[in-house]
Parts: sequence; C-alpha cells; structure tokens
Amino acid sequence: MSENTTTRRSRTHVSCTVNGDQVDFLADDGTSLLDALRDELDLTGAKEGCGTGDCGACTVLVDGRINCSCLMFAPEAEGCDIVTVEGIAEGDHLHPLQQTFLEGAALQCGVCTPGFLVSAKALLDENPDPTETEIRYALAGNLCRCTGYDKIVRSVQEAAVQLRGAAR
Amino acid sequence: MRYAAPATVEEAQALLADDADAQVFAGATDLVPQMRAGRPAPSLLVDLKRIDRLTSVTHEDGRWTIGAATPTADLTRNEAFTAAFPGLSEGAGLIGSDQIQNRSSLGGNLANASPAADSVPALIANDGQAVIATADGTRTVPAAEVATGPGHTSLADGEFIVEFTLADPPAGTGDAYLRMIPRTEMDIAIVGAAVRVTVDGDTISDATVVLGAVAPTAVVVPDAAAALVGASVAGGTLDDSATAALAEAAEAACDPIDDKRGTIAYRRRVAGVLARRAAAIAVERARNGA
Repeated sequence: MSENTTTRRSRTHVSCTVNGDQVDFLADDGTSLLDALRDELDLTGAKEGCGTGDCGACTVLVDGRINCSCLMFAPEAEGCDIVTVEGIAEGDHLHPLQQTFLEGAALQCGVCTPGFLVSAKALLDENPDPTETEIRYALAGNLCRCTGYDKIVRSVQEAAVQLRGAAR
Repeated sequence: MRYAAPATVEEAQALLADDADAQVFAGATDLVPQMRAGRPAPSLLVDLKRIDRLTSVTHEDGRWTIGAATPTADLTRNEAFTAAFPGLSEGAGLIGSDQIQNRSSLGGNLANASPAADSVPALIANDGQAVIATADGTRTVPAAEVATGPGHTSLADGEFIVEFTLADPPAGTGDAYLRMIPRTEMDIAIVGAAVRVTVDGDTISDATVVLGAVAPTAVVVPDAAAALVGASVAGGTLDDSATAALAEAAEAACDPIDDKRGTIAYRRRVAGVLARRAAAIAVERARNGA
C-alpha cells in the first residue's frame, strides 16, 4: 500500500508523468483529474463538458488508453502516464491530426476538439488504417455540440493517410 | 472526502470496517454522475483497482476468475474469454463509449444495480458466481442474487464484490446478448436478452434465458428456457413452435416501466423478439463450437 494514497489527510500528494514530464502536485482527494490538470498543472486543453463521462471533452490518455478525466479522481493518477492534448504535438510541430483538423475546419466552437484529438490519436496509434465505421465507433464517446462530425471524420481519415505515408 | 487505494482485499476490508460511510469504487462511471446529481459524498473513497486480485483475469482448472474491477475493455479484448463467453463479452462491450470501457467493470455494473445493466443478463445466464468480501472473509453467491432492485443490492455494509467465477461452458454451448436502445449507440437498454443453450446432436439439452431492463432486476425466465429444452435445431434453426413458446414466456416475464423511451407494451413485445433472436445466435454458436 502506498503511503501517499492511503493518507488520512484530505489532500494527497500525487506523483505521475504528464506529457512526458515527471510532475508532483497536491490534490484534494475528491477532486477530478480534470480539475487537477487544469487548476494545479495549468493544462487547460482538456475541457469539462458534462462532468459525467458522456461527452468526452475531457478525454486524456492514461497509460495509453483513453479515459474521461472528469470520472477519475486525481489521486488515482499516482504512478500513471498521462497524456493530454498539449502532449500530442512535437514541440512547435503540430500532430498531423491537429494540422488536418485545422485545414479541414473540423471544429466550430472548439470545446470538443481536445477530446476528439486525443481519442483520434489513440485510435490511429492502434489502428493506422481504420475504416470510416471504425473511426465513427472509436469517436462515439466524443460529442460535438456543433454537430460537425463529418469534417472531424474526414480530418481523421486524412491524418491517417499522412501518418501511413510518413511511416513508409 | 478522503481517498484510499488499498493493495489487498484485507486492507480494503479494514478500511471499510473503520468507516461506515466509506464507498468502494472501480471506474466511478456511475458514482461520479450520481454524486454530481446530488448523491451525498462519502467520507472515504476506496479505490479497488490497485488490488491485483480485483483486476486479474485467469483461466485455470476449467474455471474463469474475473476480477470484479477489471475494465470491460480487458474482457472484450481477451480472445480466449470472448471465445468462451461471446454473449457476456458482447454485453460487457456495450457499456458506454471506449472511454467508459477503460473504466467500467462487471463488478461495478452489477453492484450499481441498474435493471438495464448490459453485462448482467449474460453473467447470470452463464451462472456467474460472485465472490463477496465480507467483514472477515468471503462468501460466494450466484450473481443473480446480488441486485435486489434499482440501486439496491444484497451486499451488507462494508461488503464488496471481489471477483466472479464462471465454469467452462460444456461442449456444444453458445450464448448471446442483444439489447434494444432508442438510439443506435451510447444509450441505455430498454430491453436486454441473454440466452445460453447447450446443444446435444440436433436437440437443445440445456438452456437459460435472462431478460434485462424489463423488471426491477434482471430476471431469469425458467418458462422461456423450458420452451427451448428439447427443441430441435436440425438444419441449424430452431423449430417454430419452440420460438413462439420462447417469445410468449419472455413477454409474460416482463414487468417493465412505462416511459417515453419505451412503453410497457413495446418493451414486452421487444423482449419476445430479442429472446428469439438471441436464441438463434446462441444456437448457431453452440453448433459452431463457440
């Protein structure tokens, strides 16, 4: 049992990796990972849409798998590898998904975009050549209130083509 | 609100014994929305996912043991498990989005006690047994005896589900789960139907039919199973009189709610239809050695 995670104090020291950097922060035990990312680590890319795991705007990678960070208590992140939308670009070079979302106008209000980008990246990391149906299922946990789904799907398809080209 | 992540079942039991207001959780996919909706926050959150036993999936000596907090994504991705229990795997795979699948679990789905829980009918149809941590040990009960009504379970204060055990299905067995939702994806069942059959030659020798979302808990329907046992599956299809009797028994077992998502008459009718369709799939899987 880790000393950190079983403390009787209401604030827990959390040590984890976020976007490749080792980070340490204090979080109220009941606070969500989403709020910790935004308020303690100033990573405001992930958004709170619904706060109940329905919309996916808060999607982050936890040990390589997509999770709604609003459903995760911050202390659960202890020892985990977290990747947010801020971590998918390489320095100043946007990830191909970010570039194709821009070029394909795959966003309107933009609140859902960070979540879509993280979910789409997880999909393409696992399946470099998804069908349109596979893309739509993989993104089914991400809601776009502006209903701009078609351009999002096209942009993921285009990014997949670029990534496959780069891999050859 | 404090948070604790015990590493063993015994540590979790001790934490729960010390604090009557403590709440266990796995994925919190139901707990967080309930707290957001006004459920009082517990004094202590007990995260069960750091207990190896609760997130392990093993197959030994003719028996599967599924940690109660294992993410359902780990079950649907497990080819051997999915081959053994395709209906249970597909039910588990219907719980929410990919994000939710990485956190949702069989234990949470059952202990949350929603009548519409998608993994529960097939868990019961496969005679899943729930190993429950008590104050000072464990007890084992059929999964069917855990939920007692919407949001209510037979778990005493401080008890939690550790794991489920499932015996290897006999040769010639297949299962299937189908559900009806008003939307095409990401919705809550208004009817669910799990069917498991064992085929011996051209005859069904054993069957279980379990309906979800049409009563306060998932319901085992012995009359529907009786309609299947002894039925011929020669040529790969169930005979018509058996399917008619199956549908009639399924409809009769329904005690559904009536709301804008589905009327009583509609839910009842759909229960018969899904029972027939799930039975057909289960028969096909049984004959193909699923």
